[in-house]
Amino acid sequence: MSIDMAQFHQVFFEESFEGLDIMETGLLNLDMGDVDAEDINTIFRAAHSIKGGSGTFGFTAVSDFTHVMETLLDEMRDGRRQVTQPAVDVLLGSVDCLREMLTAIQDEQEIDVPSVTEYKKALEIELNGNQVNEASPENNSVAPPGEPVLELGSEKESEGGWRIAFSPHTNLLKTGNDPVRMFRELASLGELAVTVDFQGVPDFYDLDPEECHLSWNLDIAGDIPISEINDIFDWVEDDCDLAIQPLDERSQNDNGIAPIEESSVKENANQQSSEPKTKTEVVNKPVKPAASKKQPAKPAAKGSSSIRVDTSKIDTLINMVGELVITQSMLGLVGENFELNKLDQLKNGLSQLERHTRELQESVMNIRMLPISFVFSRFPRLVHDLSTKLDKKIELVMVGEHTEVDKTVVELLSDPLVHLVRNSLDHGIEMPADRVAAGKPETGTITLEAYHRGGNIVIEVRDDGKGLNKDMLRAKAIEKGLIDEDSILTDKQTYELIFMAGFSTAEKLTDVSGRGVGMDVVRRNIQSLGGNIEIISELGKGSTIAIHLPLTLAIMDGQSIAVGDERFIVPLGAIIESINVNETMVNRVAGKGETFRLRNEYLPIVRMHEIFDVKTVQATKLTEGLVVVVDGQGMRCGLFIDDLLGQQQVVIKSLEANYRKVEGVSGATILGDGSVALILDIPGLVRLSNQ
Amino acid sequence: MAEQAEQVETEEKKLENLVQFLSFTLGDEEYGVDILRVQEIRSWEPVSRIPNVPSYEKGVVNLRGAIVPIIDLRERFGLGHLEYSPLTVVVVLQMQTAEGKTRVMGVVVDSVSDVVDVDKKTIQDAPNFGTKVSTEFINGLASVDGRMVMLLDVEKLLKLDGLDDDDEN
Repeated sequence: MSIDMAQFHQVFFEESFEGLDIMETGLLNLDMGDVDAEDINTIFRAAHSIKGGSGTFGFTAVSDFTHVMETLLDEMRDGRRQVTQPAVDVLLGSVDCLREMLTAIQDEQEIDVPSVTEYKKALEIELNGNQVNEASPENNSVAPPGEPVLELGSEKESEGGWRIAFSPHTNLLKTGNDPVRMFRELASLGELAVTVDFQGVPDFYDLDPEECHLSWNLDIAGDIPISEINDIFDWVEDDCDLAIQPLDERSQNDNGIAPIEESSVKENANQQSSEPKTKTEVVNKPVKPAASKKQPAKPAAKGSSSIRVDTSKIDTLINMVGELVITQSMLGLVGENFELNKLDQLKNGLSQLERHTRELQESVMNIRMLPISFVFSRFPRLVHDLSTKLDKKIELVMVGEHTEVDKTVVELLSDPLVHLVRNSLDHGIEMPADRVAAGKPETGTITLEAYHRGGNIVIEVRDDGKGLNKDMLRAKAIEKGLIDEDSILTDKQTYELIFMAGFSTAEKLTDVSGRGVGMDVVRRNIQSLGGNIEIISELGKGSTIAIHLPLTLAIMDGQSIAVGDERFIVPLGAIIESINVNETMVNRVAGKGETFRLRNEYLPIVRMHEIFDVKTVQATKLTEGLVVVVDGQGMRCGLFIDDLLGQQQVVIKSLEANYRKVEGVSGATILGDGSVALILDIPGLVRLSNQ
Repeated sequence: MAEQAEQVETEEKKLENLVQFLSFTLGDEEYGVDILRVQEIRSWEPVSRIPNVPSYEKGVVNLRGAIVPIIDLRERFGLGHLEYSPLTVVVVLQMQTAEGKTRVMGVVVDSVSDVVDVDKKTIQDAPNFGTKVSTEFINGLASVDGRMVMLLDVEKLLKLDGLDDDDEN
């Protein structure tokens, strides 16, 4: 009769992580001088539901831990305890610790016991720190630091242990209680010896497997408060006869029974009736997890990912589907006995259908859209922690947190952004003294801003720090052998040096940044999302790093082009312009590489039919076709093609799902006629043409 | 009675060992693939060419919304090219990748012949011709009504060169 609890785990984890976020935000917003009871209440409620949930699912480590947090928060809530910065810091640390514990459980890994104990100790010290205005006796008896178990109000203790006579009523199993689970819990307190008495078990034919006919004698050895044992039997008190006696007392009163020998009880309490022998078992204390060791590399996140959607979005979707059904039935009517005079009606219906399909598509895509605040919300904490560590005064301003982006983009964006914000904190903003000397306010500002521009979302990380020093960047790059001494770089190219692998300008390594990895990874991540990253900086005034990303990765606007009788799609965002080029505009490099001058820039010409080896090409002379000027990740070139066809929205399909990566192609799409067209990858094409 | 039971038993044993193959022809040669690997059989339709790939990788088609590559088996095995006609057949095969995803691919063959039952025990190893004839895709040989059928290893067949080099670039 056990319900598979695992099916609820995912929800529990999600809610718990949300709860942790709420606690974190709440704690960060606490104003030391003037604490709003409601704020503490919010934090307390989050802690409380995590405790409740973890208790239900049997994650005792988590519920025990949260219990201590809760006690502390409870006192704060009742005003019995002052809210102090150290206390808040300890709580913030505990939130991290809880998050790690939950992640470990989710990944089915061992919890890092030493670090948990450490946080718990810190919490308990805080709890016992004599700051309680109105000390209650219970709280004073909290275990001293070092003893991880909470001993609340122990009434009496038995040195030798306890003998528990436990004879459940037959309906025990029906109430959802499993004796084995209780025994396991008992076994975690001390050495447990179990004798089972199955006198009451009826004949096999009369046996109802859902009834419990067994009773047990449990001897538990060790220094254990009776309250802990009572806790375990708390749930079944009404469904059993329970007698608990101290072991030593028993041996005085009771002189018959020999010490129980070890043997084993069948694990499954429901089926022991088939075992005709008396068996007992010494349930060993659970093996303590190995001492602190670094966790192995995290396995990939398992399980299905889920998404929370605003109900209003679903409602829109339902409306849309309703409209679609109406249009469909209308078209059906028109089609049933079609005459030429109904042509207008048909056309009307089709255009409605088109509109509804487009709206439907938009609202479905909308479901995948999450506000960027999902990423931004972690930064107040990061800035708070790091600025304390670095002794800098920094204010974080967030603008446009409600800008929506595709879920995939949100997920992949967080790591690069963390890098960028850390960099701004560490390298950008100066020490308070230096800022004052430079005539700037003591407190530095980091601004995170998100907004839409065109079909893109732009995310800016702005600081008013010292800005990038071009001369220093250059000197460093030469020193590291990344560029030649006499190479001429534009401002933009100089700034982009920081994206090169192995480049770090920090004079000394800190644990915040400066290892020279990171920025190149940041750029690669952004590019893999189809975006780009740009830097604007002014020495002494600050720098801005702007990330441009497509709104979604699933659909994009494309321009179809013709090369011979083949069709390709060029991302519309990549196209700058299309021009006719005549021979006089073309310059040849080494007799082969063709370039043409566009305003004041020389651009290479990529002849599509040559690099894609199209046999059916019509235009071989430049005058016969068109040159499309495209820009992909800063690489510009002119694509020489036969003709431009139409613009359309294309659904991006992966070529790699069944096939493999093809150089110069980023994916494929299905055209209106059902055929497949390849989507061009501009930087890949440029690389290809260079070969 | 006992005899009959014995017979049934041997029948059953035989059935246990039976594997079904879809047989098809390329020129004069007859090949077979495990029928459980066959998703469907389609007629040839024009493909979208993929640039800069070996000539036996004909291109990709839209198979109900999925982009599926088409391989010409004749060319893959070096049997020369045959003009495609409406009678040319594409056998759509599927395989599980190590990550548990299903990978689908179409192979062009001359014609599909039959579904044949082959006793596992009678499958003979592919003969070794040294380097003269490549037998890397052949799992074994089976004899069906006196004809030799070459049983193909779908996993190896669908593993195109560089297919798993996903972290290239």
